[in-house]
Order: sequence, then structure tokens, then C-alpha cells
Amino acid sequence: MKYVEEYRDARLVRRFAQQLRRLVTRPWTIMEICGGQTHSIVRFGIDELVPPLVTLVHGPGCPVCVTPLELIDKAIAIASRPGVTLCSFGDMLRVPGSRGDLFSVKAWGGDVRIVYSPLDALALARAHPEKEVVFFAVGFETTAPANAMAVYQAKRDAIRNFSMLVSHVLVPPAMRAILGSPTNRVQGFLAAGHVCTVMGFEEYEPIAAQYKVPIVVTGFEPADILEGLCRCVAQLEQGRAEVENQYVRAVVRQGNVHARRLMAEVFRVVDRKWRGIGLIPASGLALAADYEDFDAERRFELTETSVEESPECISGLILQGLKKPPECPAFASRCTPEHPLGATMVSSEGACAAYYRYRRQVSTPTCTGGQP
Amino acid sequence: MTSDFQLSCPIALRNYPHVTLAHGGGGRLMHELIEKMFLGALGGAQTQRHDGAVLVPPTGARLAFTTDSYVVSPLFFPGGDIGELAIYGTVNDLAMCGARAAWLSLGLILEEGLPMDTLWRIVQSLARAAQRTGVVIVTGDTKVVDRGRGDGIYINTAGIGVVEHDLDIGPGAIHDGDAIVIDGDVGRHGIAIMAQREGLALETALESDCAPLWNRVAPLLEHGIEVHCLRDLTRGGLASALNEIVMAASGRSIIVDETAIPVLPQVEAVCEVLGLDPLYVACEGRFIAFVPGAQAASALELLRGAGAPQPAIIGFVQRAERNEVILRSRLGTNRILDMLSGEQLPRIC
Repeated sequence: MKYVEEYRDARLVRRFAQQLRRLVTRPWTIMEICGGQTHSIVRFGIDELVPPLVTLVHGPGCPVCVTPLELIDKAIAIASRPGVTLCSFGDMLRVPGSRGDLFSVKAWGGDVRIVYSPLDALALARAHPEKEVVFFAVGFETTAPANAMAVYQAKRDAIRNFSMLVSHVLVPPAMRAILGSPTNRVQGFLAAGHVCTVMGFEEYEPIAAQYKVPIVVTGFEPADILEGLCRCVAQLEQGRAEVENQYVRAVVRQGNVHARRLMAEVFRVVDRKWRGIGLIPASGLALAADYEDFDAERRFELTETSVEESPECISGLILQGLKKPPECPAFASRCTPEHPLGATMVSSEGACAAYYRYRRQVSTPTCTGGQP
Repeated sequence: MTSDFQLSCPIALRNYPHVTLAHGGGGRLMHELIEKMFLGALGGAQTQRHDGAVLVPPTGARLAFTTDSYVVSPLFFPGGDIGELAIYGTVNDLAMCGARAAWLSLGLILEEGLPMDTLWRIVQSLARAAQRTGVVIVTGDTKVVDRGRGDGIYINTAGIGVVEHDLDIGPGAIHDGDAIVIDGDVGRHGIAIMAQREGLALETALESDCAPLWNRVAPLLEHGIEVHCLRDLTRGGLASALNEIVMAASGRSIIVDETAIPVLPQVEAVCEVLGLDPLYVACEGRFIAFVPGAQAASALELLRGAGAPQPAIIGFVQRAERNEVILRSRLGTNRILDMLSGEQLPRIC
């Protein structure tokens, strides 16, 4: 397939892998931010091509994984009400709240629908003025512009029966939280290519300078990831800490200016709780004052609740790159996609799900301990 | 289509443009539906009306027996419809036992309000598919359920097939060194249905791979290919089929080569956009055959001769401690190709 095939070319990938082996002289720990990159790494076996001196740890960039339990419970509460249609990306439906998931609401008669775009949910609201249509807006900066557009159009066209349950999160504050932690082991980052398609990479420059870490904006195909690693290791070996752009076919420094302008119009930056990690200041987006009428939390007058995670789940450590899934004693035994303890086992971008799906039985040099 | 149908639909549309509860009530209307529409189109060979069909199998022949229910939405999709699926699906399941489909039962559950012309189109499609595969519908049943209690129409077919060879075909028969041969590209049916159902606007038309498979299987058996196992790739796609087989074959693993598995570029592109893996997407006219490695090339030739769309050798069987399917990626790395937990869901970004 054009635009994909060339970045999965085995010869190109091996050339980058050789280059990486030549570059590295000391041990380095590098985090890929995005869950999409994690899945590429495990699915294509890229970690098998990386020299042993380079340790890859998996980052928090899985929107489903970091959406707090309380918010999933709120989505379930909204979806259970009569007269409501709750629309969501498919990935979100299987994620366990404190009591069941959205699939079980559907099974009990709730109107829960999978959509491919928030604009589909808006179209549904236009077509069914008798229903309250709610879109469950999760995700990083990547999905924020489309969600902003849906709310913007709803306001412009006075679609009163549309609202959004917003749980947007931002990458840079999470990177700062990881780097600022006393247990941090990350020395360099592969930044999430698609987040940067929207946001550009200006905001990463102060992070690279302050924490002295190289940050390479990287794509999702095998050749992208290995080239990103080469560039990151080259900087580390040379003692540099700069922001570089590997993903030039999709990312420019200032990002998508129109998308950013729309996001700034519709959203405001707020503190946000991350599932498994905790509260990170100024790390999320909520609807701005002018758009508050479209906030599902206000419309449905939901009460704040506090719920406990499974004490056995170490997804917080995994999302911060402190542990790998096979190091969890519950991995593939008490925690499976059918009976997940945490969201990282459910999401198609979750690290635990990636290891479960691609690595459960084939032993690899990078996973140690805990395997069945 | 509509005008053509109005000429030929045997039920007076003026009186009954939609299926009503009375069409399943056992009275005159039901009899009219059965006599005029079903028997006329489907039951030509069946002369005696009775509670069941009395069949005479060839002396000493082994018989294969299977059943499947069809609940697809939309009822008509690019490249096929529920009628074709209901015939081909069951005929194909028999073919995977190495059996030629001989007799079929047909159970229809109709939803009150189903347009009569829709039913007629489906019945015509059932008739065409039965004729194409040489199977005879020998018994049937019709029920009508209240509006809102069904998706227009559900179909169940059960089939009996005749086994005309001495091979034992099944997962237990796979051998070390068997080659795995596929007859064509994977994932087309699932993506065509999804595109239609979700209104995904694709630049290129994509049609379901819905097709009968016996005419591809029969040449293998007739030409002395020692077929060890056959499996059609329906729900769960190629990956699930391989896993089901390997789980039933003790002490063996299956190695498949990612680059050898045919996938249409359009299917790959849709999967890429939605975050789906084509290896898990349903087909309705594809199968894999496990044959001795030495016969793989001949099997490929025979499939090609039978009009299989894109035959390929995709992997092999080896002795191993764990029963698992290993995918050799295009980068030369290995990973397991697991069974999915549930349905594949489109990802967020």
C-alpha cells in the first residue's frame, strides 16, 4: 500500500537497525510516547532489531488507558439514562469502569453507538432532535481538533440536543511529570508523530532544554521508529538534547495552525487526573466558558465520585515506563483482555494488550520474568 | 429491479406489500406464501408435501451434516446478499468436511413489515445460489415475528453432504511439513460490509468475496491431493481459523509468512485507517487447505485452474512443544498470531 509499504521495507529497516548498532556505545533508555508506536514496536518485532544497550520503555500515550475510572463511570451513567444516545470511538466500549463497561450498558438496552468521527455523532443529533446525543471525547491532541469542530458546529447551528463528555489530555505535561519524578529512568523520547501533526513541536523545545533530553518527533511505521531511535541515540551519544523531526512527511514545526486555533477557541486547559498516574496540573482540556452549554457533565448534573482501582494493577508504573507488562505478576494470568484489571490490557494502544497479543508465548530477549 | 420483480413476484403486492403476522399464522396466507413463492422458486424438485423429507444416500457413503444461521445487516451488500450467504455458507461448511452438498433445509424467520419485494429478491437469490451449487432444498419452515423483534429476516440452513473419498479431513490430521495453501485475498467481505453499514465512502468499489467453494475443493480431492485439513475463513478471519486448527492439533505449531498472505490494497488501506488487522477480518468465500509440502505446488495449480482468485502458499506446520501460530513478519521477526478476545474495534487515533 502506497505511503505505508515503503516505510515497512525490510531492507530499509535493517539499514537503520545496523546504523543504530554502530551508533550505540553506552546503555540508553528511550521512551516512545504513543501507544500506536508501542504496538508497532511489538507487532513488527522492532525491539528484536534494537541492540541490547538500548532499552525501549512504553509511554502514557494511550488515550483509553489514561481516561480516569470516574469518567468511564460517568459515561456509563449517562448512557444508562432513557432518551440518551451515547456515541464513542469503538476502543472505549470495552474499558472497565468500576461496575461494568459500555458494552454491558448496550446489552442492558442503553443506546450506545460506535462512531468514526464526532461529526457523525453531531449528524445523529441533527437527525434525532428527540434524543440527547452525547459524544465521549477522549484522546490526546490528535483527536481534539475534530472534537472541537463538532462542538463549534453544534453551537453555530444551535444543535441543543448535542453535548460532549470531555476527557482530553495533553502530552507535554505528562512528559514533564515523568521527567520530574525521582524514579525517572527515561533519557530520550520518541514524540508522538500524530500529536505533533496537530501541535507542531515548538512546545517540546523548552522540555528538551530544561531536562536535557533529546526528543525526536517520530512516525509509526517500522522504518520511522528505527530512524527516530537512531537520531535519539546519536544525540545521546554526542551529549546533545534537541528537538528533531523525523516525521517530516506529516509534521511541521508550527503544526496545523487552523486546528490549533479551533482548539484554543473551544477548549481551555485544566488540571486532569490520569488513570493509573494521578493528577497532573494543566494536563487536560475542558470546554471553554463560551461552550459550557455543550458540556455533558453540566447538562446531566453528574456528581463527583471517587472510585478505587484494582490494587493489583500496575498500569500506572507501566504508563510511566517504570515497568513492562510481563513484569506484572497478574499479567496473562489474573489479568487478560477477557478479564482486565486495568485499561492497559484492553485498549488497542495499551502496552499490556500489545504484549498479551503478540508476545504471550514467544520468548524474546527484552521481556524478563512473569511470563507464564 | 423493482419493475422486473413486479412482473414476477407471485404474491399479489397490491394486497400484501409487506409480510404480516398472518403469513406465519398457519392459515391460507401462509400457505399461499409457501406454495406460490417458496415452492415455486425453491422446491421444484420436491413433489411430495410432507412433514419432512425422506432421503436416500448413496449406499455405504459417509455423510456430513452442518448448520448455520445468518443474521447479516445490511441484507444486500456489494457482491452478495443474505440469500447467497445462507446457501454458500452451509455448502462451504460441508465442502470443508470434503463433502459435496446434496440436501439443504431452509428456515426463515421474517419480521412483520418486511417488504414483500425484499423477500422475493432474497428467495430468488436463494434459488440461484442453490442452483449454482447443485444443492437441493428439501425441507423448510417459516415464522413471522412482531415488528421490532428481528432485523427483517433471519435465515437458518442445515445441510447434508456426501463424502466421496477415503480421506479423514480435520485438524487432527495435520502433519509436520504440511503446507498451508490459501485460495485468495483475505478480509474483503468484512470490509465491504463495514463500508456499506457505516457509510464509509471509499474511492474504489469493494465487493464481498462471497462465493461457493466446493468447485475449488473438488479438484484437489479428484486429483489425488492428500488433503489433511480444510477450513473456510469466516468470522475471525484467517488468524482465528489457524488458531482453531492449531489448538486441535497436538504438539504442532503453524508458521505463516506475512508477506505471502494476499490482501487487496483497498482492504489494507481501510484496515490501516481504522486500526483493524485484515488477518482477523471475515471472508465468505475463502479457505485454507493443509496439504503435504510435496503436493503444495500441484494444489496451487489446481486452485488456479478452478478459478480461485489468488492462490498462494502462506505457511507450514512444524512439530513444536507449544500449539501456537507464529507470524514471520515482513521484517523477518517472529510474533504470535493470537486469537482475538472479542470483536475488532476501530481505534481512537
